[in-house]
Amino acid sequence: MAKRIDVSDLDIYYGNFKAVEGVNLSIEPRSITALIGPSGCGKSTFLRSLNRMHEVIPGARVEGKVVIDGQDLYGSDVDPVDVRRQIGMVFQRPNPFPTMSIYDNVVAGVRLNSTKMKRAALDDLVERSLRGANLWTEVKDRLDRPGAGLSGGQQQRLCIARAIAVEPAVLLMDEPCSALDPISTLAIEDLMTELKERFTIVIVTHNMQQAARVSESTGFFNLAGVGQPGRLVEFNPTEKIFSNPDQKATEDYISGRFG
Amino acid sequence: MRTDTQAPAAESPASAGPVRTRRKLPRPAPAALYLLGLLAAAALSALTGFSIALTAIYGVVLGTLAVYVAARLVEGRRKATDRLVTCLVWTAFALAMLPLVSLIYTVLDNGLARLDAEFFNSSMLGVVGEGGGAYHAILGTLVITGLTALISVPIGLLTAIYLVEYGTGRLKKAITFLVDVMTGIPSIVVGLFAFALFALFFGPGIRLGIMGAVALSVLMIPVVVRSAEEVLKLVPNELREASYALGVPKWRTILKVVIPTSIGGLATGTTLAIARVVGETAPLLVTTGFVNGTNLDPFSGRMTTLPVFSFYQLTQPGFPPEFGIERAWSAALVLIVLVMALNVLARLISRFFAPTTSR
Amino acid sequence: MTLTSAPPAQPRPKRRPGDRIFAGTATSAGILILLVLAGVAVFLVTEAWPALTAPAADLPDGKSLGSYVAPLVFGTLLAAVIALIVATPLAVAIALFITYYAPRRLAAGLGYVVDLLAAIPSVVYGFWGIAALAPSLVPFYGWAERNLGFIPLFAGPASTTGKTMLTAGLVLAVMILPIISAISREVFSQAPALHREAALALGATRWEMIKMAVLPYGKSGIIGGAMLGLGRALGETLAVALVLSASGGITFNLISSSNPSTIAANIALQFPESSGLTVNVLIASGLALFLITLAVNMLARWVVTRRADFSGAN
Ligand SMILES: Nc1ncnc2c1ncn2[C@@H]1O[C@H](COP(=O)(O)OP(=O)(O)O)[C@@H](O)[C@H]1O
Ligand SMILES: [Mg+2]
Repeated sequence: MAKRIDVSDLDIYYGNFKAVEGVNLSIEPRSITALIGPSGCGKSTFLRSLNRMHEVIPGARVEGKVVIDGQDLYGSDVDPVDVRRQIGMVFQRPNPFPTMSIYDNVVAGVRLNSTKMKRAALDDLVERSLRGANLWTEVKDRLDRPGAGLSGGQQQRLCIARAIAVEPAVLLMDEPCSALDPISTLAIEDLMTELKERFTIVIVTHNMQQAARVSESTGFFNLAGVGQPGRLVEFNPTEKIFSNPDQKATEDYISGRFG
Repeated sequence: MRTDTQAPAAESPASAGPVRTRRKLPRPAPAALYLLGLLAAAALSALTGFSIALTAIYGVVLGTLAVYVAARLVEGRRKATDRLVTCLVWTAFALAMLPLVSLIYTVLDNGLARLDAEFFNSSMLGVVGEGGGAYHAILGTLVITGLTALISVPIGLLTAIYLVEYGTGRLKKAITFLVDVMTGIPSIVVGLFAFALFALFFGPGIRLGIMGAVALSVLMIPVVVRSAEEVLKLVPNELREASYALGVPKWRTILKVVIPTSIGGLATGTTLAIARVVGETAPLLVTTGFVNGTNLDPFSGRMTTLPVFSFYQLTQPGFPPEFGIERAWSAALVLIVLVMALNVLARLISRFFAPTTSR
Repeated sequence: MTLTSAPPAQPRPKRRPGDRIFAGTATSAGILILLVLAGVAVFLVTEAWPALTAPAADLPDGKSLGSYVAPLVFGTLLAAVIALIVATPLAVAIALFITYYAPRRLAAGLGYVVDLLAAIPSVVYGFWGIAALAPSLVPFYGWAERNLGFIPLFAGPASTTGKTMLTAGLVLAVMILPIISAISREVFSQAPALHREAALALGATRWEMIKMAVLPYGKSGIIGGAMLGLGRALGETLAVALVLSASGGITFNLISSSNPSTIAANIALQFPESSGLTVNVLIASGLALFLITLAVNMLARWVVTRRADFSGAN
């Protein structure tokens, strides 16, 4: 079910502003790929281009190719909505739907797409997804309470449960732990290692240790200069990046010797 | 910096400490002085023949003067100016409350006399002089306002959705601008528009309930658009993105996420918009005309609404005039109660929905 | 490494039918508004046309359209300007009261009470004007004629019913008060806390703080609000129709019982009994009112948006 992603010569624009330039990389199925780099170098922009969330912003567009298991994501006959059903996303700030209960939040993807499902099947899906997100034991007695009433870490796991409930092939996570405390962060890292059995995961993080702990491969993005587009400077197995990177810039960034 | 006027008599005890404190009027002093001014004013006006208006005018002047002079002597020029402005601002607010209180008193005083059962359950058909009621006008108001809401709410909400969710470029700018312009069109002009529109097809004698509803819609739509736009903009973008990321198409995202999140605000805005048009009179004078009997069909014949009824009962009370005038005031009272009730309802709606939408 | 020169623009993303229908409906609603406004202009001009082209002799009273409309325009402007002069300072003071002077716990409630003034239907204001305000002003008018009669505004003879231009202006002032004060309140409460605290930290009194940090920031908001109030006062119909005794021509005498009417009030009073060319004349006067308010409102929006641009830089 997990899928392979190949990106070639990808340029990403906001109107006339080129935010990201010339990205080439391949993401293996059933692995965690981490993206690191200074703020504003285009990590979020690149991540959002992988499930065409990028297009939600007026004037935003891409040039180049993103291929998932042989299918061109930006082909003229591809519906971005279908793309997003296959490639889910978790955001930096937890964003459960405030009008919905915990239960409804989990099944939101199914309900909003008006897929008809028996109540029992839904119940089953909720339990499976919440267990998958390591949240089941904490909320099983209050499934009908508003999702916004949970703690930050719980909300983020609820959002993960919501994302995996639609059975995507790939899960994109944009700094999913940056708004959370260390304990919740660990809980989510554990969760990621479990989830990679079933999904391809791409995660943006500012936390070097996190990248080193959870990922197989790491990509380092950097800016050539102010007003210049961001570039993928180095993409290698995580071990190599953190012990013996090819690029001087990567080493400087990782060791904190960065301007 | 000089902190103090040198009034030689009073020695400030606190000035011995490390921090130099200014001499201050004791806290209740300004209010007490003001009251003193009012009392003096009452005495003054009693000398010249007592009148409430004169007492108030003298009182405000004397009270303000007393506070200013005292502050000037004790606290210095800057503080005195500050106290003067405070007096003026409080006076201004009291002055603004005067019409509200007077208006409500006047309407209650004149309107309660005829607020009986007959007023609510009989029309003016065949009534000369005493008796009669506003049954037909109340129903007319309900029918026309309902029809107006039926036209305006969907158009207004959809336009707001267009502006917030879809609109780009020149068309969006043009519509935003024209909605602004529409909010400013005088209601009588809108009435003339509806008249001109229908007169073109049915001749100049035409008067229909639907004409009134069309006119009121032109007044109501921009109000709905404005308030709905504000409310929709408050829905965080993160929620839309969360929905898109689940593979939900935009239109379902709007229907199932954006609108439910803002439903309280939308309902409040709509209720306030209805409250605004329910009291409109001018456009109806030229579109719906006036009848004494009950007519519930907005597509044929004239209709009467509460404000129009009230207006005509006052200006053309018939003979003897006192009965018509009484009915006019009762109608005004009912109208005010209706508008206030809608306003309170709007508040309740927003309070009821507040906890779920706040994050 | 560069394999292809990518196409310059994205192919338009495929839209699903649900999206197309929904977007289409929303867009049509927006376009409908464009059409309605165009309709207002077109239909008014069409119905006013016969009056604009007819020879003066055929018009009511045998007067030219210009000399029929001129006193009405004058009356409209005069009443609105009186309202504006009275209401603006009061509204600003009220806005200051609610934002910076009233006890914190009462402020919201008091603001709501002021908003209630805006909710009262205009016909009720008219009732209040003739029943309460006008009679209570009669003694003042007498006094003004005797003591201020040398000023043309108070030349008299003083009205004995109180249904004068000044009364109409005052009723309008009460009606636009909440509009101006609502907008002023909004800009005052948005005055940056940083500046306000900086002023207070320098030892400013409350009034000095307001002068330094609030009023400069709120100036164009006040102007914009006042213009919107003016627009409202120009178009107000029933309150004026009830309160103003209109029988005269152009005059600056505010306290007599012969006054020019206003466009809106004149239409409301004449229209139901009119037929033929008179209807067209009234519609032509409505067209004039439309254009006047349009100009005032556009100016107001321009002033207010200029402020928005300015505050965006903060
Ligand atoms: N919505 C947007 N509109 C225009 N420019 C944007 C937008 N979002 C991000 N950018 C620009 O794109 C560049 C990359 O931003 P981003 O992808 O958010 O960086 P990162 O996530 O690595 O911190 C930045 O220069 C930023 O200013
Ligand atoms: Mg980012």
